[in-house]
Amino acid sequence: MKSFIFQKQWSWRASGIALGLAFLLAVALVKPIGVSTQFVILDGMAWDLVYNDLIVKDSSAKKGYSSSNVYLNKSGGKYAKNAATPINYSFIFVIAMIVGGFIADRLQSDKESKEAMVVPAIWQSKFGQSPGKRHMATFVGGVLVLIGARLAGGCTSGHMMSGMMQTSLSGYLFTIGTFAVAVPVAIYMYKGVE
Amino acid sequence: MDIILAIILGLLFGFILQKVGAANPQKIIGMLRLHDFHLAKVILFAIGISNLVLFILLATGIIDSGHISVKASYVGVIVGGAIFGLGWAVSGFCPGTGLVAAGAGRKDALSFIAGGLLGAFAYMLMYASLKPSFLFNELGGKITLATTGNDKFAVLLPGIPAIVVAGLIAIIFMAIAWKLPDNEKT
Repeated sequence: MKSFIFQKQWSWRASGIALGLAFLLAVALVKPIGVSTQFVILDGMAWDLVYNDLIVKDSSAKKGYSSSNVYLNKSGGKYAKNAATPINYSFIFVIAMIVGGFIADRLQSDKESKEAMVVPAIWQSKFGQSPGKRHMATFVGGVLVLIGARLAGGCTSGHMMSGMMQTSLSGYLFTIGTFAVAVPVAIYMYKGVE
Repeated sequence: MDIILAIILGLLFGFILQKVGAANPQKIIGMLRLHDFHLAKVILFAIGISNLVLFILLATGIIDSGHISVKASYVGVIVGGAIFGLGWAVSGFCPGTGLVAAGAGRKDALSFIAGGLLGAFAYMLMYASLKPSFLFNELGGKITLATTGNDKFAVLLPGIPAIVVAGLIAIIFMAIAWKLPDNEKT
């Protein structure tokens, strides 16, 4: 048990069971796990801070809030409401995830090198050690990942894991679209790397 | 109560993502270029097992079918998935694992999150003009393969008992997970 908490990485079987249980527990107790929506919620909070009229209380809206932004306003103002009331299940869940990653790393006995925590080894072996280059790629990657996830209505958590767990067709469609591009791009990008 | 559950489940999920190696871009890229199947095995095994157990618990009434939440299928799910896949391969992060990686101290995850916030913002601005396009043409709507017992969602294979559908999927996924080569190095 002790080494289970402190070791760097679990075996694939232990990992699969733990990950599966986390998704099950979430749906049993509350609802399926999803993450990418919370990027919109945080944007909405920041935007509303700068531009006060973005989200307003609206008793005629299904969720009690409406927004001049069509996306925040969709589904009866669901996103508008969550951005206006930050202490809600989905947002706190995502904040807690970050803390979970922090705790796991703190307890980990076998640390990764400082360099690898900025530029992963595989990236270094193809594109060099420059942190700037790596940050540029992860920034652009982040833009694409969130545009894609929002267009699809979910990400790896909501579509792939939670979706396929429930045998949702959308989970399968998302996964096909994702791997059809990600696999050839990754193979091409890292061609020649051992 | 909801907030307490959010904290407990979020901590657990973040901890597990770090421990399975999903928050490590090295492992993600290794999987995507078909060199290191550790994460592929983990994901397939996790989906297989949770799929089977979920439908057993639904059939026995232990999990309330009201907790089921199925997302709609439309053209944008595939197109969005493809754009997502491009960014995933380039960065080695997805939204959840990027956040966990930042918590675990990975510096490149911070630029990923900054990019993600910009991408999400861009989408908020684009949504109104994308909405009437073909991207939102329906491809079945909110539909599952197996019967969940929740009337809000349509079923693709209503004639076959849910447990059989889920069981078969679980066996296939877990068998692939078992068969893929195991290289636990790095």
